[in-house]
Amino acid sequence: MKKIKHMHYQINDKGYYGEFGGAYIPEMLHANIEELRKQYFRIIEQEDFQEEYNDLLSNYVGRPTPLSYARRLSAKYRSNIYLKREDLTHTGAHKINNTVGQILIAKRMGKTRVIAETGAGQHGVAAATVCALMGIKCVVYMGEVDIKRQSQNVTRMKMLGAEVRIVKSGSKTLKDATNEAIRDWINNPIDTYYIIGSVVGPHPYPEMVANFQSVISDEIQKQLKRMEGREFPDKVIACVGGGSNAAGAFYYFLDNKEVELIAVEGEGLGISSGKTAATIRTGEEGVFQGSKTLLMQDQDGQIVEPYSISAGLDYPGVGPLHAHLFKSGRGTYLVATDKEALAAAFELTKLEGIIPALESAHALAALKKIVLLPDDIVVVNLSGRGDKDMEIYSKNGKYE
Amino acid sequence: MSRLKTLFKHKNSNILNIYITAGFPALNETILIVQELEKAGVDIVEIGMPFSDPLADGPTIQASSQKAIENGITLSKIFEQVTEIRKTVQIPLILMGYFNQVLKFGVPQFFSKAREVGIDGLIIPDLPIDVYNNEYASLVDEIDLDLIFLITPQTSNKRIKMIDKLSNGFLYLVSSHSTTGSQQNLQTSQIEYFKRVKTLDLANSSLIGFGISNHDTFTVACKYANGAIIGSAFINAVANSTDLPATIHQFVLSITR
Ligand SMILES: Cc1ncc(COP(=O)(O)O)c(C=O)c1O
Repeated sequence: MKKIKHMHYQINDKGYYGEFGGAYIPEMLHANIEELRKQYFRIIEQEDFQEEYNDLLSNYVGRPTPLSYARRLSAKYRSNIYLKREDLTHTGAHKINNTVGQILIAKRMGKTRVIAETGAGQHGVAAATVCALMGIKCVVYMGEVDIKRQSQNVTRMKMLGAEVRIVKSGSKTLKDATNEAIRDWINNPIDTYYIIGSVVGPHPYPEMVANFQSVISDEIQKQLKRMEGREFPDKVIACVGGGSNAAGAFYYFLDNKEVELIAVEGEGLGISSGKTAATIRTGEEGVFQGSKTLLMQDQDGQIVEPYSISAGLDYPGVGPLHAHLFKSGRGTYLVATDKEALAAAFELTKLEGIIPALESAHALAALKKIVLLPDDIVVVNLSGRGDKDMEIYSKNGKYE
Repeated sequence: MSRLKTLFKHKNSNILNIYITAGFPALNETILIVQELEKAGVDIVEIGMPFSDPLADGPTIQASSQKAIENGITLSKIFEQVTEIRKTVQIPLILMGYFNQVLKFGVPQFFSKAREVGIDGLIIPDLPIDVYNNEYASLVDEIDLDLIFLITPQTSNKRIKMIDKLSNGFLYLVSSHSTTGSQQNLQTSQIEYFKRVKTLDLANSSLIGFGISNHDTFTVACKYANGAIIGSAFINAVANSTDLPATIHQFVLSITR
């Protein structure tokens, strides 16, 4: 946590990474965002905050998560592949790193009600979890389509005491859940804290969520040092929905040009099919849900409804950090189809005994798409576990 | 002098501004609706540019936007409709829409096109005032378009004064912490806020919007501001109308009596 405050990868004080970011919010949210910005930068400097955050990461979330050498996967791809095991965190995905941080901010700001959006349900579960832990009321917005395909997480959120509100507008997925959460915040600006789930939204959210996720690459550095005698890998691979697990896995390597940063978006049924969530590949510059970024839109500036088998990647925007990493050439942005992700999930399960989340399976699918040298040290961020996706996996066993 | 400035010069109370989503209820009914609104004595019409993800809007305007998009509304269609409307209609017309569509069209191009077809002012709720001031304010001065910004109960006096300086046309007082269409009655805390703004001695006239839905709320709003803006209630009225001119005249009469 100490290091974090000194790390502001090319972001300016208005929240721009290059030309992307900022705070494109209606006046109704101006006071909320100003309050959050001021309090956030004040609170993260506080020692008691840092102590409590680090204590929760160790003793509640279960960090550090292992960096597992994937022996059989490495043999197959003739390289050295490590898996960063975010799947082993409490609640089963990296999302908890962020909600633990944000709930402490919310508490210190005196907020009594928390709202969140969720796609795959992992962020919703992570938000509901920390709210249960702190005794704070929690409302989670989730699209109707996602409620059906990630039903186990809906049950978890409810058991954790959260109210899950069904969103039936638009594509009934993550973008619409995010719209509803923002509208809720407009209607409840005083008592409510909005825990956003990815590196998206208006400044300071992208920077804050990246900071809270940066623990991933902080640990990778230390673990590689021990295991390989060097602090950085040749390649880091992560999937991108909004981009938070990728931001966390890239964070401490952003300024190290020797590390290739590889992000993988959900291609859905294929870019040419039009049923895709490959925002960076198909998107254009625009303003969406509070920031200037790349987004999927039509000629008239209407947002295009995305599609991916993976609820966590099914989003038409992307965090401004990623738009910038792409535009500046610092990051490599790949895509993987539903089928490729499913195949990669079955492959990892068979070779390593780990069932990954469908989102994370997109990162694994990239192993087939890049050149891997025998000496390369490659870290794949395994952002979550596959428990929530068992229904989809059991229906798609043919991809084995 | 712009149509808005002329209006406020000659009339400074009980101004009625009605919002209608372009392309709703049917694609080309916007033209008839604006014509009838003028005939019914409405002072300003605000034409909404339907956006797929209207963050500041409540369920009524969301639904009308979605319907209008399904009906085939586009920006170029809206500009055609306004051109047609301007053949007869004299009252000030404002476009209200989200920044992404403006950005996609090209901001300077959008501003000039709007002016060219006869639009007098713009409301772009998710264009923050500082971005506007740094990047676009000079454009607007050149083409004599009024940019209207929102203030809310949470906006500090200092900030209201800053927004007042950068605004033209009028100030849009959002009545409460809410998305559009959320409320029935005006509460004491809202009245306190209206009073606070009134004492600030601002350069622009002000209209109160969000949750103004009937004669009573309109009357209260007019006590503290130069007039009010009605959106969701009007959308609801025309949504199922079988006789638009009659519905519109009845609606306006029910507000102004
Ligand atoms: C396991 C997992 N990985 C990745 C994501 C995608 O989000 P992000 O791109 O913010 O990491 C999600 C989102 O729900 C997720 O649950």
